[in-house]
Amino acid sequence: MDASADSKGGAYVFKEAMIAALITLALCTPIIMFRTEADQNTSKLELIFRLTPVLVFMALAFAGRLVVLALRMRPARVKAVPSVAPPSGIRAFFTYVIGPLGLLFLFAYPVIVVWWLGPSGALKWMDSYGIQILIYVMLGWGLNIVVGLAGLLDLGYVAFYAVGAYAYTLLATGFGLSFWICLPIAGVLAALWGMILGFPVLRLRGDYLAIVTLAFGEIIRTILINWTAFSGGTAGISSIPKITFFGLVFADRENSFDEYFGMDYSPIHGKLFLYYVILGLALITNLVTLRLRRLPIGRAWEALREDEIACRSLGINTTTTKLTAFALGAFFAGLAGSFFAVRQGFVSPESFTFNESATILAIVVLGGMGSQIGVALAAVALIGGFEMLRELGWLKTFMVDYFGMTNFDPAQYRGLLFGLAMVVMMVVRPRGFVSTRSPSIFLTRRTAVSGDLVKEGHG
Amino acid sequence: MRWLSDPLLVVEHLTMRFGGLVAVNDLSFQVGRGDITALIGPNGAGKTTVFNCVTGFYKPTEGRLALARAGAVDRDAIEALTRSSARQAQSGAAELFLLERMPGHLIAHQAKVARTFQNIRLFQGMTVLENIMVAHHNLLMRASGMTVLGLLGAPHYRATEAWAVERAKYWLDKIGLLDRADDPAGELPYGAQRRLEIARAMCTDPVLLCLDEPAAGLNPRESLELNALLNTIRDEHGVSILLIEHDMSVVMQISDHVVVLDYGTKISDGTPVEVRNDPKVIAAYLGVADEEELAHVEAEIHA
Amino acid sequence: MDQFLQQLINGLTLGSIYGLIAIGYTMVFGIIGMINFAHGDVFMLSAFIAVIVFLFLTQWLHIGFIPLALLVVLIAGMVLTSVWNWTIERIAYRPLRGSFRLAPLISAIGMSTFLSNFVQVAQGPRNKPIPPMFNQIIHIDYAGHSVSIQYRQVVIMAVTAVLLFAFWWLVQRTNLGRAQRACEQDRKMAALIGVDVDRTISITFVIGAALAAVAGAMYVLQYGVVSFSDGFLPGVKAFTAAVLGGIGSLPGAVLGGLMIGLIETLWQMIPTQGVPEYKDVAAFSILAITLIFMPSGLLGRPEIEKV
Repeated sequence: MDASADSKGGAYVFKEAMIAALITLALCTPIIMFRTEADQNTSKLELIFRLTPVLVFMALAFAGRLVVLALRMRPARVKAVPSVAPPSGIRAFFTYVIGPLGLLFLFAYPVIVVWWLGPSGALKWMDSYGIQILIYVMLGWGLNIVVGLAGLLDLGYVAFYAVGAYAYTLLATGFGLSFWICLPIAGVLAALWGMILGFPVLRLRGDYLAIVTLAFGEIIRTILINWTAFSGGTAGISSIPKITFFGLVFADRENSFDEYFGMDYSPIHGKLFLYYVILGLALITNLVTLRLRRLPIGRAWEALREDEIACRSLGINTTTTKLTAFALGAFFAGLAGSFFAVRQGFVSPESFTFNESATILAIVVLGGMGSQIGVALAAVALIGGFEMLRELGWLKTFMVDYFGMTNFDPAQYRGLLFGLAMVVMMVVRPRGFVSTRSPSIFLTRRTAVSGDLVKEGHG
Repeated sequence: MRWLSDPLLVVEHLTMRFGGLVAVNDLSFQVGRGDITALIGPNGAGKTTVFNCVTGFYKPTEGRLALARAGAVDRDAIEALTRSSARQAQSGAAELFLLERMPGHLIAHQAKVARTFQNIRLFQGMTVLENIMVAHHNLLMRASGMTVLGLLGAPHYRATEAWAVERAKYWLDKIGLLDRADDPAGELPYGAQRRLEIARAMCTDPVLLCLDEPAAGLNPRESLELNALLNTIRDEHGVSILLIEHDMSVVMQISDHVVVLDYGTKISDGTPVEVRNDPKVIAAYLGVADEEELAHVEAEIHA
Repeated sequence: MDQFLQQLINGLTLGSIYGLIAIGYTMVFGIIGMINFAHGDVFMLSAFIAVIVFLFLTQWLHIGFIPLALLVVLIAGMVLTSVWNWTIERIAYRPLRGSFRLAPLISAIGMSTFLSNFVQVAQGPRNKPIPPMFNQIIHIDYAGHSVSIQYRQVVIMAVTAVLLFAFWWLVQRTNLGRAQRACEQDRKMAALIGVDVDRTISITFVIGAALAAVAGAMYVLQYGVVSFSDGFLPGVKAFTAAVLGGIGSLPGAVLGGLMIGLIETLWQMIPTQGVPEYKDVAAFSILAITLIFMPSGLLGRPEIEKV
């Protein structure tokens, strides 16, 4: 219908744009048209009429539709005949260029930032960008085992992250154990929870698996909120012991890391250490996953994603195969969770909502299922982008100066833009950044498998 | 008459009901060791259901499926095993399995029954070689010390993997797909996909290979190649074959033993020659006997 | 006993709201096999629309006759929420149809984040209360037991029942319903025999939204307050209800909704200290248990594994 738009001419385009504007009017009624404001004395709600934003949105929709139709009217590009040669160029680029370069950058990042902005200026860039993004890279890689390789849709991944975080918190505050001892324990505990949950539900069909894992995530959160004696409830647990470097703390006092190495105290030292710890943890996750893909268990995961019935006919025990994927994914989430607790020094159920699970899943899907580099790039784009939205102070000044919108605060649009970005990215690249699959073994040449052939699993 | 003197699989009183529908009704037959056995019958006769029971995808409502992996079947041993609650037993050289008691993956892994599917079930997004490597799963899992040793790069695992690759090459060469080993399985033409599925099943080291309509959708040349492949599998690898087939020329040419099903019950059982002369079979295939059509079908069968 | 009956009625009220939302999930899942995560937020949005329209009617137009106001709120809410859901489907899901199965799911999660933040920005983060309505209480005394029902609970259950039957009739007896079921079975085949698949799916979203709008209005009527974050939990519970009842089945969705509502309210009666807070845990655990032992839900069609 749109292909013939050009033959219908201006009247058609105008009509379409008008329809878009009218739909926008309906969408804005009444949610934008009226703002509910509580009366200061009676606290009764009152309506405040506002027309300007409605008109602005209508104009935007009108113009947007015009642009879309105008773009479609341009003579269509003749699609290039697909070449017979496998489209391995992009894949090779990602594997052999982006990968090593990215790795180099990750190691050099703290040096660059500190050199550029100085120790105090670099703090934010180490913490909210470097460490924060790497946590999500690790979580993304962990969930990639479950969703990307084994094809099991897990909507409650954050539960294992929470198990790891609370495991470290309780072991450290209750028994005074150090982070390095708690880290593997937290991972194993999370894996154990993964198996306890996984065993009964992994026989379920994909969509049911999704909803049961979601429910499990919510159950864990509800327990954390209500079992106050255990978890401190909504208030959470604070003053969690900080990370140590072979027993040396990062603080401005005796016996600290800074003193031992004869340096003046600077908070950046602790941050740098945390950065390299999470970088190391994330790289371990990556390395293990890459190796496992080339082992029979990894191939069985991918085969399971492709066709579970064929797997059974080849003698693969599908239940244990799924369980290992689930447990391993949970293990890495547990490690990441315990790192989260030591970095934050504070945990509360607030940090483990469904939104976290959704964000991690979005990272995996947006990265391109099964692709390690894609997942890392998606984490940078989503989490980095989300953090970037904090840096919109200039926009506020701009709006206040030129439009007199004194109560305009760009920060409150963060979530809105984040959600919108997820939709747009999916519509633009439904198969994610890296949409081809790299075979785990080859005889003569490594051919990238087109994403259209790769199944997404039954769940 | 090997199916009577030296059976590999003994199916007795097999019944499979889905709700009120009886798909297979009190079916008994035997599969001879080293035979190519064909299971034929009109559409909806319950052939695939029998396959699904043999390979553990369905749990039969009633009946016994006894498989003697090596050595001869001993009636008393089967009875003794049936009375016990075990699913397998050793009797002399023979390893006995009661398939109806085993989950699907163990039937493939331990009883060594492999199968293919009517609608091809390859791992489409994996390469041809990967498909075959997945079939070596249990062997490689053991070699990789349940992943731990493999993760550390143990030499034994590497050697086993190299051996598996060599065997993959052997089979790919056999089915003429060696030069396509690194292509995604989903990109292969239909006939090649069927052959790959057979090769993949063979890499699980089966004693019994169940093929669900292997010749469906093949052109005459591919059909001939398939016959040759099946003969090789039987003669060179000593694997018995149970197949469902509609293509009568394939059935008559290669099978040693034919079992005919109609409406879930056995109507004929014997050598191809015996079966094609059985009036019950001809009637079942034609429904009401129409002289002209009957002649046509007979001509086809004898072709 | 009296308290039990009382809670039974409260549970049914809550359950009918869940059931109304669950229908949107179950129909969309049935027709395009997608968990529409934004549906809970569409419900929340519709509750806001109900609040604003109600305030507009009572404060600006000075309509004092509450049943009339309620009727207008319902109709306006259904229409406006339908436009929203139609647009959402058009923008966020339709371009992804026939592509990778997880893409629309992520898109829906993004839409859900967008909607709750949108409402927060447009209407502010505070709770939005409205004055309570239909406050009269009916006392029923029967055989020594006494139960009191609020008028509004009667209204909620009556409205739910009437609209459910109307929509059920629509889906069962009209061409639209036939087209929907055809698309459920096989979308390509349906298109081949002349069913307008895009239109059918759009209408499914519109019906789901209309019922969610009813739920939104009923929610505001029952609880008298709504906030931008109220979409998630009822959304998840309603999806749970849809799965519990057997996904794809309309009566199943309602039954599941009622069950989840009942489990939640009855659980809160447990007198042991600290236990009632776990009502969500109870609801979700029952879901997990049902699925493990009855994988196709209460009224769903059992699935025979095709080999």
